[in-house]
Amino acid sequence: MREPEGAVLRPTTLRAGWLIAGVAACVAAAVIGVTVGPVSISGGGVGRELLDRLPLLAIESGLSERDATILWDLRLPRVVLGAMVGAMLALAGAAYQGVFRNPLADPYLLGVAAGAGLGATLAIAYLPNISEWPIDPLPLAAFVGALAGVFATYTLGRAGERSRTASTLILAGVAMASFLTAMQTFVQQREDDTLRKVFAWILGQLTTASWREVLLILPYVIVSSVTILLHRRLLDIMSVGDEEADSLGIDARRVRLLIVIAASLGTAAAVSVSGLIAFVGIIVPHTVRLLLGSSYRIVLPLSVLFGGAFLILADLAARTAIAPAEIPIGVITAFLGAPFFLLVLRRSRTIS
Amino acid sequence: MKGRIPLLFMLCALCVLCALVFAACGGATTEAEEGTSPAGSGAEFPVTIDTDLGRVEIPQRPERLVSLSPTATEMLYAVGAGDQVVAVDDQSNYPADAPTTELSEFEPNVEAIASYDPDLVVISGGTPELKRALGRIDIPMLQQPAATTIDDTYAQIEQLGAVTGNVAEAEAVVADMQERIDELVSGIGDEARGLTYYHELDDTYFTATSETFIGQVYSFLGLENIADEAKGSGTGYPQLSAEYIVEADPDLVFLADTKCCGQSAETVASRPGWDQIAAVREGGVVQLDDDIASRWGPRVVDFLEVVADAVEKLLSARG
Repeated sequence: MREPEGAVLRPTTLRAGWLIAGVAACVAAAVIGVTVGPVSISGGGVGRELLDRLPLLAIESGLSERDATILWDLRLPRVVLGAMVGAMLALAGAAYQGVFRNPLADPYLLGVAAGAGLGATLAIAYLPNISEWPIDPLPLAAFVGALAGVFATYTLGRAGERSRTASTLILAGVAMASFLTAMQTFVQQREDDTLRKVFAWILGQLTTASWREVLLILPYVIVSSVTILLHRRLLDIMSVGDEEADSLGIDARRVRLLIVIAASLGTAAAVSVSGLIAFVGIIVPHTVRLLLGSSYRIVLPLSVLFGGAFLILADLAARTAIAPAEIPIGVITAFLGAPFFLLVLRRSRTIS
Repeated sequence: MKGRIPLLFMLCALCVLCALVFAACGGATTEAEEGTSPAGSGAEFPVTIDTDLGRVEIPQRPERLVSLSPTATEMLYAVGAGDQVVAVDDQSNYPADAPTTELSEFEPNVEAIASYDPDLVVISGGTPELKRALGRIDIPMLQQPAATTIDDTYAQIEQLGAVTGNVAEAEAVVADMQERIDELVSGIGDEARGLTYYHELDDTYFTATSETFIGQVYSFLGLENIADEAKGSGTGYPQLSAEYIVEADPDLVFLADTKCCGQSAETVASRPGWDQIAAVREGGVVQLDDDIASRWGPRVVDFLEVVADAVEKLLSARG
């Protein structure tokens, strides 16, 4: 079910060079993301303004108060949020692929995103005055929905145990996603006051990103990523088979459950501020896997870095391509993602 | 499977676009022609109307009207055809005594429509299926798409006057609207020229350019739309970047999302970076009624009045 070709020939440990390349990609994307936008602010000014905020440094940036506000309150949080969401979706995608031993697993194909969407829709439609709650219930509602979605998919997929292949789980996921989406549509139509809000939410809203959203998802993202990253070696062992894991004293079922919960929590948090952004969870881990090796000790950390860089750049395209108008970021990721994926597939074939 | 996801997004994007377009504006123009009916209040039936979307024949004065368009409902009551209306759709909330039902233009249930035994159904958007289905059971249907100019509004009011036998009343409504608009425009004169505004459709910064119906109404007063920079995006309803809005620094901000999205002068002021905007600093944030601002009926004059008041207030505050 997993592609075996790379595992044998390629290294299983993460080389420092790749890690540096990943960090460099992330930093480069962030620098471009902060410098370029619908409002032109000089690169030098941006650099000086950022340095000025460092402790012990006082540099006159030459930016107007308005440009400084745009930079600090609008552009920077958007870049940071984009990086967090991209990193989280890519990592969660890689984790699902490991847990289900299925290269096609992805938050969108497992019913996770649809479940999160239904959870959030129910919260928007039926919880009173959610904007006034001390803790925003949207991520939690999305999380409950996400977990319900992935477990329903997994249970449905197991029903066809004897004939279980990579596609059984995905077919179950597609069926479950359709079911959950239908439920969501039903709720939306019953409560059509909320229709636009739900649509805006589904389409992806880095447009209104602020530090509030960054802080809102930060704890979830940290808990989720740390949990997943700590299990990178176990995922490698389990990828060989549950018997091998058992012989090493690992409770494969428990580990699997923990990772699914962590990945769903992270996905739900990301989705609750950014809306449904497709392709990141499948493109990024697969690119890493095809180019560098399929050990989870390589795939997981690099997915975080390249996922962050990828989404920063995708969002850059979303806000500059037809500036000052915006394109939904999900359209951009799909638009870039599909051809890129084909390219990587082709390349991997010619190598092997 | 790879194809499914982008498609879903395109569909979602399309749905939102359509919703916005239906909600506010866009569509073909309609020419009202009174076929066999002579002008004057005592319109004689049958009336034949040629529209861009086909010929509509109304054999006698309709007494059981069904309106699936909130704008058409407002127009029907304005021309004095209110007592001929038996049912209006779930979105028709004005005037208050309109017989609101569960009917919906977006998910039309032909059986439910037919159960009111209508002699004319007025719709704005509507689907080809609805049109065919109504045609099969021989119920005449008049389509009045979203107006793109104020002249479309006048034409639609006169058309509804003609098909309901209220020709003179309709003409009076149009004349009154024109007169009030002229007064408001001449009251402001050239003073508002150069003032910029941002018309907000929802709290994710979807807006309308001055090519749209609502944008043209602002243009009557000479206001400049900050969204016109985004005209090239292909739709009259672009989504703007937050940083662009802050940079554009509009003098006036009009919120057409007070109902849908709970926005107000306070919520706008608390958005990050928005305290830099002239409208926020100088009290130029105006809360509109979402419904009035998204329909093209007689109350568009009330909308213009709100805008003109805001302009006057701003100008006098600035001295």
